[in-house]
Amino acid sequence: MARLATPPASWTTRYPELGTGLVSYEDSISPEFYELEREAIFRRAWLNVGRVEQLPRKGSYFTKELAVARTSLLLTRDLDGQVRAFHNVCRHRGNKLVWDHTPRSETSGVCRQFMCKYHGWRYGLDGQLKFVLQEEEFFDFDKADFPLVSVHCEVWEGFIFVNLADEPSQSLREFLGPMVLGLEGYPFHLCGERFAFKAQILSNWKIFLDAFQEYYHASVLHSQQQVPSLRSFETGYKVPHFQIDGPHRLISTGGWKGTPRHLLPPEQMYPIEPATQAGLMGPWERPDIPELDPANLPAGLNPGNLQPWSISNFQIFPNFVILVYERGWYLTYQYWPTSAGTHDWEMSYYFPPARTASERIRHEVTAVVSKEAALQDAATLDGTQQGLESRVIDKYPLSDQEITVRHLHKAVGDWVQAYLRDGKGTRA
Amino acid sequence: MLPEEFADLEPFAARWCIATEAGRYAERLNSTMAELEAFYGAAHPRVGAAMAYLDGFELSDLPEPQLNLLHLVYSLIMVSLPVEVWHQPRVIDSGTAYFDRYLEPVP
Repeated sequence: MARLATPPASWTTRYPELGTGLVSYEDSISPEFYELEREAIFRRAWLNVGRVEQLPRKGSYFTKELAVARTSLLLTRDLDGQVRAFHNVCRHRGNKLVWDHTPRSETSGVCRQFMCKYHGWRYGLDGQLKFVLQEEEFFDFDKADFPLVSVHCEVWEGFIFVNLADEPSQSLREFLGPMVLGLEGYPFHLCGERFAFKAQILSNWKIFLDAFQEYYHASVLHSQQQVPSLRSFETGYKVPHFQIDGPHRLISTGGWKGTPRHLLPPEQMYPIEPATQAGLMGPWERPDIPELDPANLPAGLNPGNLQPWSISNFQIFPNFVILVYERGWYLTYQYWPTSAGTHDWEMSYYFPPARTASERIRHEVTAVVSKEAALQDAATLDGTQQGLESRVIDKYPLSDQEITVRHLHKAVGDWVQAYLRDGKGTRA
Repeated sequence: MLPEEFADLEPFAARWCIATEAGRYAERLNSTMAELEAFYGAAHPRVGAAMAYLDGFELSDLPEPQLNLLHLVYSLIMVSLPVEVWHQPRVIDSGTAYFDRYLEPVP
């Protein structure tokens, strides 16, 4: 049988370390591999746990459940305004310090001190133990010896990252590397209107990442989102720019079939889009905020220099994704493993706060239309997980424009190998 | 429930003035296509007028009838893809997928 030649615009061969061979997804079905990932990746990489807008003032706090690392974190803004992270565990008897409805559900609020529900021990926003009930009954006891256990925490462009290693091997900026740092200067702080979603997904975390990091699937799985006259399964790259830097990936698009959606003729759109002047790619009109004008955006946002440019999809290792849209908004995904075959998924849309009802309505259109497409992506996942778990097939092909899928599994494998080689037992 | 200018949409107000996305999504799944099409057919031609009308009020301080109208527009958005694209209340091929919108701007 004739073999197909290497595609003309080969991205994969620009990164020889990726190879072009068949790929195994054993890393997404093996409970043993999952246990390795927990140590090798989720206790060593920098993890995004939220944004500074979730800690708007001194005393603000929120908790973050990290089942993958078998811990709960407490994020606070202390009296000096500094963002801090602690393990959410009382030093006295190990009770979860901060919780509201149930110990396993996340919570947030504002306070001056945290009081344990068990025996009333109290901690300051800086983690120092401030009060012990009947302190004189304890033996050789000094409160200064029992602060909350702190976690390495750094803020970059308003995104709060933690690292669960005793001593991270890289600073956050070193870890993010030049490609992701190219986002610096984007006005994330002006996009404070947030829509947030959660879902429990019946697949390995990487399988859902894979679903959102290639657009090869779009003309099939999301075929209905094209009006019937435009539907086709033609060949051609859906994405004109890929880039890889260390464990991170970038995918940029210039718009559906090269034309930004808001510039299509009305008969090529669904009626709700022209009726509201908004759709899948955002409100048609970018808010007149100078910082959002493409001329003022950081060059690293569109490093392929696409014209027109519509989306850049930054895949930040291991489990955090930022998509920046040309129409002046962005969204994030986070994938939090709960077992080899399940994860909790979070999605947030961030817009500049609506100033009028029309603007708010356009945000609603985008949030609804975009979610509908994502539901289709999510629905295939338990089917994929089942297929992989059948182990009927052990190696799978990937096309050139699925380079991102190839890279994620390679990066995960590399981190696990490095851990087995250098770090086992030392938790670097 | 609605401002006088939108009295024509009053027959849909009791059912579709819903403050949360989770509530609107549940109502959509709880509807027949005939019900979704009837609501869409009445509300879609009025969405431009509703947006222009609501822009005459302060978004953060909408009186009750105007807030109801805003929520009705959100519901129109919720039913538009079932009518325009899916031809069924559920997203085609969405399987068991369900996303909980646990945080949203108010209003």
